[in-house]
Amino acid sequence: MHTTRVRRAFLAISSAALVAACSGTTASPSAAPSTAPSVAAASTAPSTAPAPSAAPVTLTYLVDDSQNTKDTAQALTDAYTALHPNVTFTIETRPGGTDGDNIIKTRLATGDMDDIFWYNSGSLLQALKPADTIVDISGEPFIPNIDPTFITTVQQGKAIFGVPSGTALGGGILYNKKVFAQVGITPPKTWAEFESNNDKLKAAGIAPVGATFGDTWTSQLFVLADFYNVNQAEPGFVADYTANKAKYATTPAAMAGFKYLQEAHDKGWYQKGYQTLKFEPGLAQLADGKFAQYPQLSFVLSTIATNSPDKIDDIGFFAMPGTDAAKNGATIWMPAATYIAKTSKNIDAAKGFLAFIASTAGVDAINAKVPPQGPYVIKGSKLPDNTMGAVKDISAYIEAGNAGPALEFLSPVKGPNLEQICVAVGSGQEDAAKGAADYDKDVEKEAKQLGLPGW
Amino acid sequence: MTTPSYAAGVDTAEGQLSAAAGPRGFAASSRSAGRVARDSRARSVLATYPHWFYLPAALVFGLFFVVPTILSFYFSLTRWTLFESEFIGLDNFAEFLGDDRLTLGLRNTIVYAVMTSGLKVLIALPLAVLLTSRIRLKTLFRGIVFFPVLVSTVAVGITFAVLMQPSTGLIDTALGALNLPQPEWLGNPDIALYSVALVDVWKGIGIAMVIFIAGIMSIPEEYFDAARLEGGAWVRFRHVILPLSRNASFAVILLSFIGGLRTFDLIWTMTHGGPGFASDVLTSVIYKEYQAGFYGLSTAGNVVLFILVAIIVYPLMRFFNRRELDL
Repeated sequence: MHTTRVRRAFLAISSAALVAACSGTTASPSAAPSTAPSVAAASTAPSTAPAPSAAPVTLTYLVDDSQNTKDTAQALTDAYTALHPNVTFTIETRPGGTDGDNIIKTRLATGDMDDIFWYNSGSLLQALKPADTIVDISGEPFIPNIDPTFITTVQQGKAIFGVPSGTALGGGILYNKKVFAQVGITPPKTWAEFESNNDKLKAAGIAPVGATFGDTWTSQLFVLADFYNVNQAEPGFVADYTANKAKYATTPAAMAGFKYLQEAHDKGWYQKGYQTLKFEPGLAQLADGKFAQYPQLSFVLSTIATNSPDKIDDIGFFAMPGTDAAKNGATIWMPAATYIAKTSKNIDAAKGFLAFIASTAGVDAINAKVPPQGPYVIKGSKLPDNTMGAVKDISAYIEAGNAGPALEFLSPVKGPNLEQICVAVGSGQEDAAKGAADYDKDVEKEAKQLGLPGW
Repeated sequence: MTTPSYAAGVDTAEGQLSAAAGPRGFAASSRSAGRVARDSRARSVLATYPHWFYLPAALVFGLFFVVPTILSFYFSLTRWTLFESEFIGLDNFAEFLGDDRLTLGLRNTIVYAVMTSGLKVLIALPLAVLLTSRIRLKTLFRGIVFFPVLVSTVAVGITFAVLMQPSTGLIDTALGALNLPQPEWLGNPDIALYSVALVDVWKGIGIAMVIFIAGIMSIPEEYFDAARLEGGAWVRFRHVILPLSRNASFAVILLSFIGGLRTFDLIWTMTHGGPGFASDVLTSVIYKEYQAGFYGLSTAGNVVLFILVAIIVYPLMRFFNRRELDL
């Protein structure tokens, strides 16, 4: 039951307020109104000579404010403008995380979105009502360039909404190779090996595992990065979990992640002050060998490379250890994507730019400026020779076939409070069973709010 | 003189929660109504202005406070994605009130409100007595105590979060140098809420002090003369200042209690309700639901907050107002 009148009245008010609030920063959408230049045709083969006669267009591009995203967007837009001087860009930034989600939703709902925007693929995209708000690009000639596993994460029915921007990421454990060599241990494949490694590290006076609960999102990797192992042990979990049949608290393989968090607390694996340490100082402690291992996503590698360039070669990656060494593998986060808002007045020019992003020329443009954080999902693209060691470790898992996407790319169900629950378990306020049960409730709340079938 | 500036202070302390506009508008309007009723001369002056003089203010207030507040009552009954809303009756309220975390959040909210308003009175009253007595550099000291009020709450929160860092923060470094224990101010779930409350007291003490100073200064000099004949400083405090600055005490308690119930910005900048859920208050529970995209559910939470503040504060205000007339 839609009460459109009330909704419109409300949206009118909130958009008036938004316009007032944003008028200082928002660039006007376009200098060239309602032109449809033939850029798209020219740019399907982006490496060819620029199309000189096209009318000038300025595309606005909303990206998140992480250094890596900003650098990647800058590299892509600079390269594209060099090829097509008539197309220029105004890059606007927004916060990441849930604050950013709300900005995206509000701007789409009020028709105030930039021409193109950078946003997650997978379950978060589904919450944007893409069929109503985002341009369907499934008919474009550049779609076959994209890895089919990625396509499923930006797809709804037959419609496809975005092109992969930047690299995929590995979720697992970053470790300090120097410390491992010094203590005489090697990357573990099973949790038992991980435990015995940690005993040796502790005996050597080094905190085995780093945690940075000052930035709560960093607490979740023991649970989220364990998903490849969960999926190997319980191949039916994804479908049952999405259909409200399987639960974390009652599926031992799924609950393992919460148990790991509790064990790390109970055995004192974390470094001193882990409850409030922020994520960047935590990376410095890993690079300096103050703690040996850090459950993380590989996008943090560029921050280490920037802040401690002499130590980035000391950092390696291994997948979350599981119960079975033969089935151990890495959990992969798909890249974010660039989408075109339906409200854009420059859809054709925007499609031209998306074609460039989804080409090897786009990948080369990124590689020239930003060290890759993981593998690309554009067909024919290669990692450069000077790729960071930890990224090569991740690629090795993928090439060996021991990698699969994270749960959030396979299921729309993801509770919003996982990070706080993980902090509560990891800091000893709750045990694993309570944490898993709480997360099941959190998931249920989200599914009900999304109105998913079966909940 | 001081009351309007305090109201402005409350405004800046308000979080981004839309329905919180309700309690504020409610408090402000009934307060001014009381003032008008008391001053019949002012009323006759007001009546000489035509009613359409109210129009601009009414428009602004109606458009930005009344309409959104009423709309929020409607949206609290829906599943709302910003793109569309579906009427689901009272499900959101059942969900919100059935949440385990809410009990903890409510408890923390009450503890926080009682603790901050109590400490503000206990500290600000003696300070006000001291700074209305004949001491040197009185103005300078008043300025120093009032200064934190002028700083943005978010800036205060971020600064104290850094100062309270366990290994690198100034506070624990200083304690360590003195060989004292170095608590995890914000990292220990048992004390995080109190750490934030202490910062709130530090920041709010200036306002409370100014209200007390105004109250003490408005006491006629004859009472002090009488107290001087009767005895020393204690008589002066116990039998003159304390009873006759009661209005000021009521104002401080009421305003800081409302402020405590609605607290958000300090909690959010210092702990995000953490570690885990340890320092969650009502507003941070609601804000996290808003962040998660549960717009209908978080609006229902705001309606609950609105009703709760009204239920707690309205009797308090009636009580204090009656006492005021008795004087």
